Amino acid sequence: MEKELRKGNEAMAEAAIRAGCDCFFGYPITPQSEIPEYMSSHLPAAGGEFVQSESEIAAINMVYGAAGAGMRAMTSSSSPGISLKQEGITYLAGAELPAVIINCMRGGPGLGTIQPAQGDYYQATRGGGNGDYRTVVLAPSNVQEAADFVQEAFDIADLYRNPVMVLADGLIGQMMEPIEWHPVKKRGLPPKDWAAGGRKGRAHTNIINSLFIDPEACNNHNDHLTEKYAEMGQNEVRWDEKDCKDADLIITAYGTPARIALTAIENLRAEGIKVGLFRPITLWPFPEKALHALAEQDHVKVILDVEMSATGQMLDDVRLAVDGQKPVRYLGRAGGTIPTAEEMAEFAKKALKEVD
Amino acid sequence: MAIVYQKSAGLSDKELHYCSGCHHGIIQKLVAEVMEELGLLDEAIGVSPVGCSTFTYNYFTCDMQQAAHGRAPAVATGIKRTHPNQAVFTYQGDGDLASIGAAEIVHTAMRGEKFTTIFVNNAIYGMTGGQMAPTTLIGQKSTTCKGGRTVEQAGMPMRVAELLSTLDGCVYAERVCVTDIANINKAKRAIRKAFEKQMNNDGFTFIEVLSTCPTNWGMTPVKASEWLKENMAAYYPLGVVKDSNIF
Amino acid sequence: MTAKVTFNSDRCKGCELCTTVCPKYIVVIDKTVTNCKGYHPAMVTDITQCIACASCAKICPDSIITVEKF
Repeated sequence: MEKELRKGNEAMAEAAIRAGCDCFFGYPITPQSEIPEYMSSHLPAAGGEFVQSESEIAAINMVYGAAGAGMRAMTSSSSPGISLKQEGITYLAGAELPAVIINCMRGGPGLGTIQPAQGDYYQATRGGGNGDYRTVVLAPSNVQEAADFVQEAFDIADLYRNPVMVLADGLIGQMMEPIEWHPVKKRGLPPKDWAAGGRKGRAHTNIINSLFIDPEACNNHNDHLTEKYAEMGQNEVRWDEKDCKDADLIITAYGTPARIALTAIENLRAEGIKVGLFRPITLWPFPEKALHALAEQDHVKVILDVEMSATGQMLDDVRLAVDGQKPVRYLGRAGGTIPTAEEMAEFAKKALKEVD
Repeated sequence: MAIVYQKSAGLSDKELHYCSGCHHGIIQKLVAEVMEELGLLDEAIGVSPVGCSTFTYNYFTCDMQQAAHGRAPAVATGIKRTHPNQAVFTYQGDGDLASIGAAEIVHTAMRGEKFTTIFVNNAIYGMTGGQMAPTTLIGQKSTTCKGGRTVEQAGMPMRVAELLSTLDGCVYAERVCVTDIANINKAKRAIRKAFEKQMNNDGFTFIEVLSTCPTNWGMTPVKASEWLKENMAAYYPLGVVKDSNIF
Repeated sequence: MTAKVTFNSDRCKGCELCTTVCPKYIVVIDKTVTNCKGYHPAMVTDITQCIACASCAKICPDSIITVEKF
């Protein structure tokens, strides 16, 4: 298969088009503006609809309308803009609408910086909007995965009638790498007979709605959603392990730090230090069981979580999964800076010394 | 036996939850009748707001979507851009459209989105219990301006039909009311024209309907209609605000 | 011409708007009846006077009035 040199943002945009994205609504914000820019010319050329909305809030609501009418709809933004979309995302989840949302994370809090960060993990996995809901969160660590995951995201969204987030960072959005276009694995997708796209002879009206004003009805709806999320938790969890089988120290990381960790591990192994990488690919559902099982292994002495986050956010899920079996250490770089392989290696050595 | 008037096929069997004498019921049946008469019901998609008319999604017999507060025009944009040949409308109150949704409706008019907005202006926030709206009149009392609205505190009320008419994409804007039969007839004609222009792809069409809120104005429905004619129509002039061709 | 005006009285909210538009002044509130909602519903006093203009039906916010003629 022929390789193409693609910028991350453009790869994700092209991936959406190849996945049959019908419409894109978005607003410029660094470091993801190339996505709406690419969509503005390429999507109409492919028969789709593009609107540059007045704000990120308007964009997510345009997604809601189009998705509610049965279309494959997508929006993208970066951290501050994703904050604005939280209301729209909880409405999508409550109304059970499929949608794809791309977040190219940048430093925060507030306006922060335009450089890459991983400060939105909580927002993505805990449901940054009101109410009890979940979205599948896919975390690519390179441009190839970014392209693959965006394509798959549309199917996952349709299968569960739920918004799906692709959580990249500014580095992945901006870098250029050679990629191949992979076909998406076939899932049996149900027809969208629930969509409110005009009755066209249908016997009953379809209503897209997240309001269940009667408390019993709201409770029942929440029970239904909880069941759905349990199913998603069972079927969609994904992670990757490298060199973990004999490792003394496990690095947990996702996205760009995970990729850098591969170099750190290579260098450490060359020095005879046994380090492995446990990389969650779905941040929700988090690969809790797999990490717990790994932490149980006698050879594992310590876990080192590395994130582009000041306080550590995936750190919470790592601690929960490890469940006190082994010590968990944290290396964080925030403010838009990126941890180097050398820093990771130094920190790993220190962590191992502490437990010896 | 010939039927002179019966409930429109565009209205569902659900009982309206609105207060006694609330004009929402009158306005919604005009929208239903127009869609029925123009043969649009089978393909129409409506968007309901947050406010007293949140439950509008239960009252029409066309497909409906419930939108977040103020966002109905954005939701309708997503629908109409992907369903360009089908009638799409939003139905919004004064808080939804003129307050939290101000950006959405202005940009809808700017872009000339080809759907119709029915804006119900009753100069107060109904559902949440009578707070001040952007359209509350000077001197009019509400729970958040108990002594009456003042210019110093809250500025002058917003004339939305005029505001949107400054944008080329808004091709038709008319202000109407439904206090009596003559005005009901005018309102229905205006709504019909709005939908016709939509289906002709002219641009964004906007009907502002001055309306009563007997409960929060503290009046009977009949007195409320009188108050509207005496006070609201003076500040919000009835009639065509803009009528232009394709932009 | 004979007119027939039917009120779905259970759904009437007694708003009285219909009583303000009848050109024959024959639409009134029946204070002797209380419907299941606790309202006094509207009614026609003298159907022989009715001209089937349907003004009452047009203004009814709850669409409870049907007007026929033959």
